[in-house]
Amino acid sequence: MFNATDILETIRMIDQENLDVRTITMGISLLSCADRDITRACSLVYDKICRLAERLVPVGEEIERTYGIPIINKRISVTPVSMLAAVSGGDPVLYAKTLDRAAKAVGVNFVGGYSALVQKGFAAGERELIASIPEALSSTERVCCSVNVGSTKAGINMDAVGLMGEAILASARATADQNCMGAAKIVVFCNAPEDNPFMAGAFHGVGEPDCEINVGVSGPGAVRSALAKCPDGDLTEVSDVIKKTAFKITRMGQLVGTEASKRLGVPFGIVDLSLAPTPAVGDSVAHIIEEMGIEVCGAHGTTAALALLNDAVKKGGVMASSHVGGLSGAFIPVSEDAGMIDAARSGDLSVEKLEAMTAVCSVGLDMIVIPGSTSAATISAIIADEAAIGMVNSKTTAVRVIPAIGRKAGEELEFGGLFGSGPIMALHNDRSSEKFIRRGGRIPAPMQSLKN
Amino acid sequence: MKAVVTVIGRDTVGILAKVASVCAAHNANILDVTQSVLSEMFTMIMVLDISGLNSSFADLHDALDRLGGEIGMKILTMHEDIFNSMHRI
Repeated sequence: MFNATDILETIRMIDQENLDVRTITMGISLLSCADRDITRACSLVYDKICRLAERLVPVGEEIERTYGIPIINKRISVTPVSMLAAVSGGDPVLYAKTLDRAAKAVGVNFVGGYSALVQKGFAAGERELIASIPEALSSTERVCCSVNVGSTKAGINMDAVGLMGEAILASARATADQNCMGAAKIVVFCNAPEDNPFMAGAFHGVGEPDCEINVGVSGPGAVRSALAKCPDGDLTEVSDVIKKTAFKITRMGQLVGTEASKRLGVPFGIVDLSLAPTPAVGDSVAHIIEEMGIEVCGAHGTTAALALLNDAVKKGGVMASSHVGGLSGAFIPVSEDAGMIDAARSGDLSVEKLEAMTAVCSVGLDMIVIPGSTSAATISAIIADEAAIGMVNSKTTAVRVIPAIGRKAGEELEFGGLFGSGPIMALHNDRSSEKFIRRGGRIPAPMQSLKN
Repeated sequence: MKAVVTVIGRDTVGILAKVASVCAAHNANILDVTQSVLSEMFTMIMVLDISGLNSSFADLHDALDRLGGEIGMKILTMHEDIFNSMHRI
């Protein structure tokens, strides 16, 4: 029947190693709410979210109690709002305020989808939405924003990259009195997934059903602690240990997802096979890399260790879940990972090394606090570099950097909660990329053959 | 349908009896009990049949959680599916 060792292992993973389900995210299509009258569209949006997500938080809490698994966040992702703005015209900020009100009414901590997909160019409503981002994020609490500026098939829309550099800087300025929090809620993607349950980049793609449940798992602490029991194994063994742990973690996510879907009467979408760190001690991806034998995350060898980790997490997770999607991989958000924070503080982890790491793991330059004096063009150039890595390697990459207005490298910015705190990281140099960004246009899609 | 109750803490008199009486009050049938005491740390794993509960699972969970608080032990009540999912293919 039950094996006491297995039972105690599960309890230890949850109790001491911070294993949790990071998020249950309900994806809601707002296409049925499009209306030429923006006031009416907003009212349809509010009603639909409140109707479908009314029981999301209580059901999440019920499942936590039934299985004894903490479910940290209950969230909502919606159809990119630019599509509603295209039909209604008017000020897109009205939609942001509506989403914020709906999020508060149903009790979720974030709603994602103040978004636009502009990888090949701008359609109606999209420029307006991008221009409204600073106001939307400074006048709401729970709304998250993402913009997809590139893809392997379409190339990179450099006009959008230019605009996003400005939008990030303006959002940080507009929220300077709240630790520049606005910029922490903006993700600029290349190859954005349409079923991602993680914030701030979650939105509900147009190919998705009317409503679905997606789940993001976590568990860096459990992986690290499993590795600690294999101190002298070679890297093949290390990979096997990670796979086995990822399998267990993902099975838990699958159970929670199917159960939530059953109780809410909404189809189950995907499990996002992720290792999502938190600032809590023992819940760090950097510490897994260090457990493998790298003295400090950021030293030479970090990229290889992360590549192994990322691949093993996917291999272990794929068999454990009926449907896998989202970002799926190890996250490396600097301010949300105790080990990364220490490595950045000591100067062992640089933005350049993080950029290299993003070529082999999930997402990209995430939660990196940069000096407040950074120009919009430099932020755009960071986005362009990151998007190029994603475009050429057919993977998702993203940028979430926070310009710390009025502060310089070496100081710290404290966000609190899951966002953590970040040492302000120096950029490579202060040389200008202005002209390159000002050229605009599109970087053509890359060859898919002659791979080297 | 089964649940697994795990009790962890310092060994004292009457733990099993107290947990069992809460289970009985909720009409949960005890199917199996294993326990070990290692350097005064007490661990008990109890498997319950919860198909005939006279209350909701949440009520049983909360009652055992409260008991844990009263006797200074950690009592976790978890549906069997979590263990089946994580440890069986």
